[in-house]
Formats: sequence, structure tokens, C-alpha cells
Amino acid sequence: MQRRKTDYLWVGVFGVLTALGIPWFLWGSAATWAGLPVWLWWHIGWMVLAAIAFAGFTRGAWDRGMNLNGVGADD
Amino acid sequence: MTESALAVQLGVLGAYLVVALGVGIAAYRLTGRDAEDYYLAGRSVGTVVLLFTTFATLLSAFTFFGGPNLAYNAGPEWILVMGVMDGLLFAILWYAIGYRQWLIGRVEGYVTLGEMLGDRFGSKRLRALVAGVSLFWLFPYVMLQQMGAGEAIVGLTDGAVPYWAGAAFITLFMIVYVVLAGLRGVAWTDTIQGVFMLGIVWVAVGWVLSSAGGFAGVSASLSANRPEFLALGGGLYSPQWMIAQAVTIAFGVTMFPQINQRFFVARDDRVLKRSFTLWPILVLLLFVPAFLLGTWAAGLGVAVPEGANVIPVLLNAYTPAWFAALVIAGALAAMMSSSDSMLLSGSSYLTRDLYRPFVNPAADAEREAWLARIGVAAFAIGTFVASLFRPGTLVEIGSTAFGGYAQLALPVLVALYWSNTTRRGMLAGIGGSQVFYVAHVFVPATTIGGVTVFGSTYLTWDVALYGMALSLLLTVGVSLVTAPDSDERSERFRVGTGAD
Repeated sequence: MQRRKTDYLWVGVFGVLTALGIPWFLWGSAATWAGLPVWLWWHIGWMVLAAIAFAGFTRGAWDRGMNLNGVGADD
Repeated sequence: MTESALAVQLGVLGAYLVVALGVGIAAYRLTGRDAEDYYLAGRSVGTVVLLFTTFATLLSAFTFFGGPNLAYNAGPEWILVMGVMDGLLFAILWYAIGYRQWLIGRVEGYVTLGEMLGDRFGSKRLRALVAGVSLFWLFPYVMLQQMGAGEAIVGLTDGAVPYWAGAAFITLFMIVYVVLAGLRGVAWTDTIQGVFMLGIVWVAVGWVLSSAGGFAGVSASLSANRPEFLALGGGLYSPQWMIAQAVTIAFGVTMFPQINQRFFVARDDRVLKRSFTLWPILVLLLFVPAFLLGTWAAGLGVAVPEGANVIPVLLNAYTPAWFAALVIAGALAAMMSSSDSMLLSGSSYLTRDLYRPFVNPAADAEREAWLARIGVAAFAIGTFVASLFRPGTLVEIGSTAFGGYAQLALPVLVALYWSNTTRRGMLAGIGGSQVFYVAHVFVPATTIGGVTVFGSTYLTWDVALYGMALSLLLTVGVSLVTAPDSDERSERFRVGTGAD
């Protein structure tokens, strides 16, 4: 049951990462910070965040959904 | 162009060819005589090489030419599309499709996608369909690369070398190289190339910034000359368009033969884990500077002549001639390395999935290794001859290849995870969506009763997305209403040890 829950958690994390890869809430905004558009800073921060999340996935949840050993993962 | 710049360009290109040949020979000496070693480097590739060979294969020419041109003309939002496409979606598919294929391929010894599906569904027809569809999109795509390289040589030598001779030289070099080196050598040169490109793009950014007045200077000129480029969205960039591009290209890329085959080559799962984590970082490091250069060029009022690329023009204006020459020669070399990978994978589809099952099932391993190399030569000569005539049909197919490959992705994904998928479901899903997509590429748009059919979008969404939905619907729907035949082996994809 615990495993199920963390599975959904990761699906959610990947979903949010992808959905907000483009900062829709900044649509039309031309604000800049330090010479670059704010939405570009969002992109830079978001990619770093994604890498951190992916690193977390490879440590704690790799093999999810792969049906190794019949069930979920062999942590 | 000055004499010295020409000398630098030819020097860099020459140096690249010599290094590539050296690497090729070293790889040849290490490569065994069987097809698995030739095509997959014995499934022994490590993190850095896998990451860079996938990356270089994917986008090398686009990074320096196409992408910055787009940013120059329409604004830098393409950076966000690249982030979603390659940094996020492709990384997730790297796990969902790539890791799963790697697990299955390691156990069953598969070399191509068609082979894997054909064996699982007990169907030579499915194997041939997957290979045939893949080659249909790949052949014109390689032709486009050769055309680009041939034209770059014309530009490089100011027309002293005619187009046909440039393209012929490059084709010949690629054949010799790929025949010798196999995947091991191709992946090594890709890595050298990737590191070189990554370094040089940052040097270019630094140089342009320091001669154009730093961040403050380029930012001020951008908001003075092209204020609309700072705002997110607008012009070409609509939400529908950005989403459609990111989704179709990310899914399409996974089915490109040279990328899909790389799913099989990792040494162990640590390699896949590390490369999965590093995707967003690599995207950030490479694309942000490359596309910003194109954007800044627009702000700085750099005039790009018709048919030219913005990066060389910008670098000629703001950096010394030798540096600009270095970048151009590097980009040409990058185009060649992408084509190398495509040739190698194309030939494996040709010989393993079409020639062997249908023409000569008895071919032994040694004979197959020879056939593989003949396949490389045949494929390259074919695309070279086509590039001399440049038929409009092929150009059109090549430029819609990503959408074409995207149609394969969902049926493959379903097959990888859902054991009730049937052969008929796969044939329907792949065949149906290809027919749908190809019809939309070729049948001219017509308006019937106020509704435009066979256009490039429906309700402002790209037609490739509808094709993908259709492929999913057909694969699942037909699988639900048909029973598997006795020779379909769903246990092939079970992966796990405890499930048997």
C-alpha cells in the first residue's frame, strides 16, 4: 500500500514538472531581472529542480512500474 | 571571406577528419566480428559517452543553425520548448521506454526495435512494418543532412568545391568511417564533438557579451529594438504550438532508429540512472546559450542575408574570424556525426529486419556483419544520389519526420507495459496512424462545409497529436476485441524474475 502511494507521488511530481516547464503564469510578461527575462530564470531554476527530483527518483524509486520480481520495485 | 579564415576552417575540418579516422581505427581494432558488437558496442557504453552520443546525434546541427535562426526570427521562447521536450519529457521517456527496452533487450539480446516487437508478437510482418516505417522517415532525413553538409562545404570554400563534390566527399568519408568504426567509434567521436560544442558555445557567449557591452548592453538593445522578444509568447509562439512541438518531437525522438537503438547499449543501470538525471542540466547548458546568441543578434541589429545562418554572421561581427571559422567547421563536423549514427542504425534495420527474415534467414553472424557494412554503403549512396536531385517529396517527408516517428511511440509504449496487447492491435495502431499522418502530409488541405480537412491543424492543435491519439485508440481498442494468437509471447516482455 505504501509503495502504491509513493508511485502516485512520483507520477504527480513528473506531471507537475512537465506541466510547469513552461511558466504559463508569466504568459505575456516581459519583466526582466539581471538582463534576462524572468521566464528564462524560471526555466533555469526549473531545470535544476528537475535534475534534483530525477536524482531523488533514481535513488529511492528507480524500477517503479518495471514489474521486476513480479510486483513493484526491489528497493 | 579572408584567406586566413578559409585556412582555419579547412584546418579545423581536416583535423576533425583525422581525429575521427584515428578513433575509427582504434574502435575497429576493439570491435568483434559479430553484429551485436558492431551495432551496440557489445552493450558496454558508459554514462558520459551515452549521454553525449545521444545528444550529439539528436540535435547537433540544429543547435548551431536551426535553433538560433528560430530565436533570431521569432524570439527565444524555443528555449522553453526545448526544456519541456528534451529536459523533461524525453528524460521521462528515457525511463519509461528506454530503461524498459534496455531491461528486455539485455535478457533477449535484441538489437533493433522491429526485432523486439516482431519476436514478442510472433510476427515477421510487424517487424517489417516497424522497420519499413522507420526507414521511410529516416532515408529523406539523412538526405537532408547530406544536403546541408554539401552546402556547408560550398559555403566554406566560397564555391571552389562544387556541391556534388562536397556531398560526395562527405558521403565517402562517412561510409569508410561507419564501416570501420561501428557504434563504438561513432559514439566516441560524438563525445569529443559534444564536449567541443559545449565548450565553444560558452566561449562564444562570453565573447559576444564582452564586445557588445555585457548583459546590460545586450538587454538594453533587445528592449529597444525587439521589445516583443522579452515577453513570453506572442507571434509564432502560441500555447498550442509550443505544446505540440514539445510533445511530438519528444515522443518522435524516442523512435528515431539511432536514438531507439541507443536504449540497448548502456553498460549497466547506473549508466541509465545518471544520464536520466543529467538530461535537464545538459539541456540547460547547451540550449540556453545557443538560443540566446540568436536572440541577441536580433537585438543588436545584426542583418542576416537570405538563406544564411545567424550564428556565423553574429560571430563574424563580434569575434575574430578564426573563432567564427572554428564554430562553422565544428557544426559541419557535427552534421556528419549525426548522419553517421543514422546510417549505422538505418543499415541495421535494413539488414536485420528486412533482408534477413525475408531474403536470407540462414545468414550466419559473420555474414551478417558483412551485410551490415554493405547496408551502410548502400544506404549512404542511396541518400547521396537522392540529395543530388532533391525531389520535393523527399524533402517534405524529411522535414515531417519527427511527427512520423511520434506515431510509433504510443503503440510501442502500450506493448511494453500491457500484456494484453495483441499483434492485430499493434498492426492496426501503427498502420492506421501512419496512414492518417502521411495523408495529412501529402493530401492538400480542402475545406468542406466550413471545416478544413487535411490541413496541418484541427481546432488549432497540430495534426500529429491527433495521429498519436488515434494510434493509442487503435492499439488498445483492437487489442481489446481480438485474442492473441498462440505464437504471441507476452512473457518476452515480462522482464521480472519473480513473475515467471
